[in-house]
Amino acid sequence: MLTETQPHFRQPLLRTPFHERMRAFSQVDSFIAWSGYSTVDVFSTVEQEYFAIRNGVSLYDLTPMVKYRITGADATRFLDRLVTRNVAKLRPGRVAYALWCDDGGCLIDDGTVFRMAEQEYRLCTGERQLDWLLDSSIGFDVEIAEVTGEIAALALQGPCSCWTLKTLGLEGIETLAPFEHRTFTLPDHAAASAAAAGTAARTAIMVSRTGFTGDLGYELWVDPADAERLWDALMEAGRVRTIRPVGSRALNIARLEAGFLLPNVDFVSSAHTLRNGTARSPLELGLGWCVDFGKVHFTGRRALLEQQGRAPRRRLAGLDVDGTKPAHNALLYADRKGRREIGSVTSAAWSPTCKRNIALAMVDAPHFETGRQVWAEIYLNRELSWERRMVQARVVERPFFAPARRRAVPAGDF
Amino acid sequence: MSSSRYDCIVIGAGHNGLTCAAYLARAGRRVLVLEAAERPGGAAGTREFAPGFRASSCAHLLHLMPGWLLEELRLARYGLRMAAERMPTIAVSAAGAMRIPTEPEATADDLDEADAHEFRQYAARMRRLSRALRPLLEAVPPRLGSDAWRDRLTLLGLGAKLRLLGRSDMRELLRIAGMCVQDLLDEHFESPLLKGALAFDAVLGTNLGPRSPGSVFTLLYRLAGGGAAASLAQPVGGLGALTDALAGAASDAGAEVRLAAPVARVLVTEDSASGVVLESGERLEADCVVSSADPRTTFLRLLGAEHLDAGFVRRVSHLRTLGMTAKVHLALERMPQFTALAGAVPTGRLVLAPSLRAVEQAFNDAKYGKFSKAPLLEVIVPSAVDPGLAPAGGHVLSAVVQYAPYRLHGGWEEQREQFLDTILQTLEAHAPGLRDSVRAAELLTPRDIETQFRISGGHWHHAELALDQFFMVRPVAGAAQYRAPLRRLFLCGAGCHPGGGVMGLAGRNAARQILARAA
Repeated sequence: MLTETQPHFRQPLLRTPFHERMRAFSQVDSFIAWSGYSTVDVFSTVEQEYFAIRNGVSLYDLTPMVKYRITGADATRFLDRLVTRNVAKLRPGRVAYALWCDDGGCLIDDGTVFRMAEQEYRLCTGERQLDWLLDSSIGFDVEIAEVTGEIAALALQGPCSCWTLKTLGLEGIETLAPFEHRTFTLPDHAAASAAAAGTAARTAIMVSRTGFTGDLGYELWVDPADAERLWDALMEAGRVRTIRPVGSRALNIARLEAGFLLPNVDFVSSAHTLRNGTARSPLELGLGWCVDFGKVHFTGRRALLEQQGRAPRRRLAGLDVDGTKPAHNALLYADRKGRREIGSVTSAAWSPTCKRNIALAMVDAPHFETGRQVWAEIYLNRELSWERRMVQARVVERPFFAPARRRAVPAGDF
Repeated sequence: MSSSRYDCIVIGAGHNGLTCAAYLARAGRRVLVLEAAERPGGAAGTREFAPGFRASSCAHLLHLMPGWLLEELRLARYGLRMAAERMPTIAVSAAGAMRIPTEPEATADDLDEADAHEFRQYAARMRRLSRALRPLLEAVPPRLGSDAWRDRLTLLGLGAKLRLLGRSDMRELLRIAGMCVQDLLDEHFESPLLKGALAFDAVLGTNLGPRSPGSVFTLLYRLAGGGAAASLAQPVGGLGALTDALAGAASDAGAEVRLAAPVARVLVTEDSASGVVLESGERLEADCVVSSADPRTTFLRLLGAEHLDAGFVRRVSHLRTLGMTAKVHLALERMPQFTALAGAVPTGRLVLAPSLRAVEQAFNDAKYGKFSKAPLLEVIVPSAVDPGLAPAGGHVLSAVVQYAPYRLHGGWEEQREQFLDTILQTLEAHAPGLRDSVRAAELLTPRDIETQFRISGGHWHHAELALDQFFMVRPVAGAAQYRAPLRRLFLCGAGCHPGGGVMGLAGRNAARQILARAA
């Protein structure tokens, strides 16, 4: 018998607690699926939203990001065996970017590890990982629970993000260092003025100085019941800095400028690859700095050690491409005539802030060298008349954009 | 460096641990064998289960250990003698007894003409196939995708051996390798008793019934292990005499065997095994550690998941390791009289598996978590050929009982008496008066085997023998060459290729690997 106890089949995509607020703000009604939730691709125009991230303050619904609560006596040992970074060194109140590999040293996914308390962590990932986490928990005294739906999350990013939070009344927010998190209480006046419903309980928000834009910015974590109140309070507080909700497409340009990798775009999780040679190791992706061979054993360590002994066959490189046309999916060649293929572009965009045509690409190792010239084969659509261009590109250092304000403590106002 | 440093520490003084230790010591290594129990032997030991009555504690017949291994280690010199060799197999039912021929050339008086004719052809072919597979058992499994000459040579050798079978036999091997034994036997034979007894050999010690796919593979394995010398033998003094001789050979070559020294964990230094810690707290260091414990115990308990990759740990924890076979020892006041033998002394191996249907039905119970209501038995009366095992006049009956699932609905503690009673009833039906002569009885369920012999799951072979847990993927991919993923840790137990059944090859192959590493 059909019952309504699990009506999920009626609504294939879940709605986040910010959905109604976002729908009200959406001008083009462009929603996309992310981890089983409906989120916004673009609210009005990508350009406007992008400039909110870089020149003002932006609000992005992060709720669909998969979150796990990991607790227990072995929580630290478990995470240290899971991820390639040293978790034992992570103090409560700190966050670390982390990645985890399979036995062969190939990347499964990346994410952030929040140390909430001595024996409690929060792991945020792009995709669901319960299967791998449970396999990894064999022999460890840990409890793993998915808490994605229990926490509403917003990314508040941009130069004016600290100012906005100060205006909101989060005292001392400017002293929060990058990769730190702290819990604040939303002052009653802010809450009360925003909360039309009038549930006057004090709202606790956890704030972490983290983000996916490479800029000054924060991520805010609250109880879903407080979600709309927080949204309203932020929109009010940031009004004079023209705070603007942004969608995934604007964020994608910002993350590319920051040189961050997107799963399934810049690499495919080794949990999903079927073909030989399509899985990527962190060493190939330039994430060697995340791999701590000096700490305790972690999954993939032996394979990575072996890889480290020999030069990787291909590397992820940043490219500065001539012209203004993004080199989407372009094949790369060593020569202009395109006789020798040496790799392909994974992400590309015109960077409005750098005024450069930037890209991330997997290139064969001999060509991974800053300043090296390569050729990109770009296809241009001229009113359905396709043109092929061979455009010169140079291997450059990542990130493409790294303003000093992103790391400054105390954080600036702007 | 501490003075108690050894080249190799071998965990467990069962037949594989001792075989490995003997080969290592003979090659000049300083070897220390650590055994948890008071006596060596493990599952190939002898125990006094009632005052004056002794029996082989788990395995009770020797039939898979190659003759060359016994000779290479000169076990006769260390006191190994056989009380009986080439023991006949006699299928016993209410209808009578049938002597199962062991060789195609053997006389098959008890079979009717049609079955006897078929048997000659069947047995000749099975012998050819199993001989072709024999090198597979003795080889160190090659690594997949390896360029090493040794791995290639092994594969080449196996290929050549199979090629030599010729087209007809190769085709038959391909046809039957994944088949169920019932279909194979139905193709050949009429007699239910003959088919029951042959099927019994295929399912003995496994989680299979005669209709389970892969049961021909287990039969071929048994035949390949035995080879031409498929003869069943019973050492004087039980299987413990074999492990005593192995311990003698190992000690003579310079190995030290320490008893009552249970290992708590393997020590790890800089991602390689560096010794062990005993349950007493004592630390012992060595260049390498060799474990004859089952893979689950070795990796998850002695080493610990934190030293291994998650995918590997998942494979180890998914190993099928649950035992399905029990063991019974009876102290009897007099010689049991089996009706079917018409007064003859039971010096052979009696198989109580009257038909394919009976075997499958016995399996049906176990499939759903119950013990067989009409269990199948492999019975020997070891004292009939080795009087020293029982006080004057008395006798010992030793039986392997199929099927007794490790995970019994309702638990073994509650049903142990019931199961023993069922077994005694089955025996009584074939040997009237036997129950009255029972002075003491001992039942070892898979749970008991787990506890007493420290085999996780209580499986004879440590891990089920099946195509998916065989050769290059035994116990699991990533440890099939007797090497753990961690440096200087090796496996040499029945969980490795080629498996258990008192064969000794896992121990000897592991020693070869360890010595090759140093060379």
